[in-house]
Amino acid sequence: MSKPEELKYTKTHEYVHPGAEAVVGISDHAQHEMGDVVFVELPKVGQKLEKEKPCAVVESVKSAFDIYSPVSGEVTAVNAAVTGEPALLNQSPLENGWLFKIKPSNPAEADGLMDWNAYQEFVKQAAH
Amino acid sequence: MICAATDNQLSIEKSAPGRRGLHAKNPLRARADVPANLRRKTAPRLPELAELDVMRHYTRLSRLNFSVDTHFYPLGSCTMKYNPRFNEAAAALEGFAGLHPLAHDVCAQGTLELLHDLSARLTELCGLDAITLQPAAGAHSEFTGLLLAKAYFENKGETRTEIVVPDSAHGTNPATASMMGFTTVNIASKPDGRLDVAELKKHIGPKTAVLMLTVPNTLGIFESNIEEICRAVHEAGALVYMDGANLNALIGMVKPGDLGIDMMHLNFHKTFSTPHGGGGPGAGAIVCRKHLAPFLPVPTVKKEGSRYVSDFGDARSIGKVKAFFGNTGVLVKAYAYMLAHSAEELGDIARYSIINANYIRALLKEMYPSYSSEYCMHECVLTPGKDMLDKGLKTLDVAKGLIDRGFHAPTIYFPLIVHEAIMIEPTETESKETLDQFAAAMKDVHDSGVADPQALKDAPVTLPVKRLDEVQAARQPNLRW
Repeated sequence: MSKPEELKYTKTHEYVHPGAEAVVGISDHAQHEMGDVVFVELPKVGQKLEKEKPCAVVESVKSAFDIYSPVSGEVTAVNAAVTGEPALLNQSPLENGWLFKIKPSNPAEADGLMDWNAYQEFVKQAAH
Repeated sequence: MICAATDNQLSIEKSAPGRRGLHAKNPLRARADVPANLRRKTAPRLPELAELDVMRHYTRLSRLNFSVDTHFYPLGSCTMKYNPRFNEAAAALEGFAGLHPLAHDVCAQGTLELLHDLSARLTELCGLDAITLQPAAGAHSEFTGLLLAKAYFENKGETRTEIVVPDSAHGTNPATASMMGFTTVNIASKPDGRLDVAELKKHIGPKTAVLMLTVPNTLGIFESNIEEICRAVHEAGALVYMDGANLNALIGMVKPGDLGIDMMHLNFHKTFSTPHGGGGPGAGAIVCRKHLAPFLPVPTVKKEGSRYVSDFGDARSIGKVKAFFGNTGVLVKAYAYMLAHSAEELGDIARYSIINANYIRALLKEMYPSYSSEYCMHECVLTPGKDMLDKGLKTLDVAKGLIDRGFHAPTIYFPLIVHEAIMIEPTETESKETLDQFAAAMKDVHDSGVADPQALKDAPVTLPVKRLDEVQAARQPNLRW
């Protein structure tokens, strides 16, 4: 189980748990803002992703949202459970509701993302 | 209460064997020349009903309808203005309605003249040079516009792959870009809802084909930096496409061409009072500058001496995007609407739509704070106040509560950049009295919601169908009855 403090965050509210096989998902704040998630479309294993480029789609009762990859690299695993049960993103965004795992091509990219404190500040700012 | 919920059966469920309406004495028989192998073996499963049952069934359904003919319909960004019946009468004239689409130009002079004059009036109104009336609606116009851009750059020998879209855009903009095989580049808006020009400049360059910009934007705010934006995009060698969905705020007051754009689309069902989906087919237009004109779909109409003729352009045209001249019946309605307004009165459409939106905004500001502190244009974006949010009441609850009070809900949860958005566009066709009644209903939703949050969470209670479980419906859709 990832603790929020161990993760890095993007301005578009994805998180990444850095490592040789980094885990990507959406933050608890993001799932809360989206509302009930009803559909998830994931990248394919082996797909090469570019940082900040759309790579997945999450649809809630409010709208559809593009998910941007927090880092560049190759997808090594996807969480098939969330396509069958999208509610996992709401119930457990950091644990059972992860989206995909990626082998970063440039591990330093994650260093440029926000840590937990910076992200909390970012969310507070955005809410003015 | 609209109608008692005593009868929710489908027509097929009301069917009884042998029931039927009156028959003609000599009923038409199935044509004998249909080959035997193509004739169906069993009768189709159609409801068998007496004529009276059918009449009551559909009359009942029609009475359940919320429409602009029955209710105030403040759906933001949709411009749900009244559709004058004068338009319908014009479109039903035998000379227009009875014209065969394959009729020779010589036999279609009236319709061609109308299309020619409508084209001239619309290009003048937009401050641009050329137009196609072929697209079937707004999104189809966007598609046509990007086809023009693609042809324009191919003709110049340039390969440009990116479409820049602000995060406040209508969803159709990135969808069109994606459908055309372009990559969408999203630009964050500034807190006031305007495009961030500094951010834009960072994202445009030799790869940029088009900036798609809605003016006024989806927060109902005018893009006051539009001239600087257009300059920057042009310096990068790219084009500016204006999403004209919100033209109701500008019509007759501002010529979008004067702002520096290269092309824009028109939604006839919004600004020009033709029916929305369900009321007939749609129609749209792309209006553009000279440098894009050679690529427009064909045919267009030109005048040769005293005759109107179809002009098939040359090989640079992108071809057809719709059969013949598009949905001309809808274009006749739009033309009738334009003729019914003087130039000054066209400007009044914009002026009154802006006044009405600001009147609503001012009436509701204590209970539903406005996203922006500025005056809005033709629509305003509000949110539930802190007292409602603190009680767990959301925008969805406000929308459902309004239905119980006899109003169609506004647009909700759009634009996405506003938390709990309520987007209201009253249009110029509503009276002050209607706006006052709507504001009173919004106030009642607020007051009764704060006093008894659960009651508002249960709304609507006056309709045949109560609050639906939208999450369950989306996660486990049941598409059969």
